[in-house]
Order: sequence, then structure tokens, then C-alpha cells
Amino acid sequence: MIDVLYFAWVRERIGLPKERVESQAATVRELVEELRAREERYEAAFADLSALRVAVDQELADFDAPLAGVRELAFFPPMTGG
Amino acid sequence: MALRVVVQQEPFDFGAEAEGFAAGRHDLGAVVTFTGVVRDVAGTLEGMEIEHYPGMTEKALTKIAEEAQARWSLGEVLVIHRHGPMAPGERIMMVATASPHRQDAFEAAEFLMDYLKSRAPFWKKERSAGDTAWVAARDEDEAALDRW
Repeated sequence: MIDVLYFAWVRERIGLPKERVESQAATVRELVEELRAREERYEAAFADLSALRVAVDQELADFDAPLAGVRELAFFPPMTGG
Repeated sequence: MALRVVVQQEPFDFGAEAEGFAAGRHDLGAVVTFTGVVRDVAGTLEGMEIEHYPGMTEKALTKIAEEAQARWSLGEVLVIHRHGPMAPGERIMMVATASPHRQDAFEAAEFLMDYLKSRAPFWKKERSAGDTAWVAARDEDEAALDRW
């Protein structure tokens, strides 16, 4: 089981901040494909991956990052701090 | 080398922070502070809400500050960043750097700002005329990282 977190407009489109996901996906990209196939709101959130960033166990990563041993994933738009 | 990272919702006391920063460190001749303020150019902004990723935020800011310490001769580094609701004119964040000579302090402060704009997990949402909109990241902010 992986904790999947959503922030900013990704959280708003999917409609929840966090969920636990059971998956055999090998990479972040594969998990995204599983989520997109679930429901329209996931498809809406993940339609354009170039507009999204991903963190694996609280470190920025890319969509080809492996999921083995990962406990927490987060999806969000490009950051706007400062 | 002291490093302090603070993530909080409540306002911070800029005067007290600036006064206390690197106090007593007589080896550090240069102190630079930068403050980010909620901007309202058009005069229509009602407020801003900053969302963040608790846990990752603190880690990311610490990593950026450690990187600055590794690159420049810094005696002290401070990063304070707020989240939650804010009104126009309120202070969002500050960084402070102290070094023996000014060039290190200036450059490190710019580096900290460039990195925390696009590598620390904060997202701004603005509210104007009853409508809200997420602030889009700017290409210039991403490009700014290339100079480091």
C-alpha cells in the first residue's frame, strides 16, 4: 500500500488530499495510468503530465522513478514558493 | 555554521528576526536579508492562501539551505516561510545570510530565493473579486536555476 497525496489544483480536481492505493505498478508512470483508468476526475487531473510534478518519499523525482519500497507519493503542479 | 528553517502559519517578527540573526558573530561582517511580501499590483487582490506539503517542505528548505552553506562561506543561514491565509502587504517569507564578506551573503541569498521559488513545495492561490485562482509557475523562475 502506498500513501498518495495530492496538492493544489490536483487535490481539487481529484477531490481529496490523500488516499491509500493498492498497486503492483513498477513505476510512478504506471501507477498514474492505473489512476487515470479509474474515473474521469483522475483523468482530468493527470491528462497532462508535463504540468505535474511528483515527489517520491518527499523527494522530487520523475515519472519513471521505481515504486519498489516507496511509502509515500505526492502529485502537484509546479511549485510557487517565495 | 548555524542553519535555521522555520515553517509556520502565524506572522513572524521581521525586526526581531533581523536583530537576532547572527547576533554576537563578530567574524561575520556581511548580513543580507530578503523579505517576500504579498503583492497586489492591480489593487484588486483580496487575499492569498498558501498551501504546502508538511514534512517535505521542511526537508526541501533544509536541503536548499545546506546546499547554500556548501557553496558559499556562510556563518549563518535563516529561512522562514509561512503558509495559510494572508492579506496583501503581509510578509510571506524571509531569508537571511551572514558571511565574512558581502559577495557570499548576496549570492547565497539569491540562490536560496531562486531555489525555494521552484523547488520548495508551496502553492499560492489568489482571491480577487470573490474568485480564486492558483498562481502559475513562471518559466523565468525555472530558468533562473540554470545560472547556479
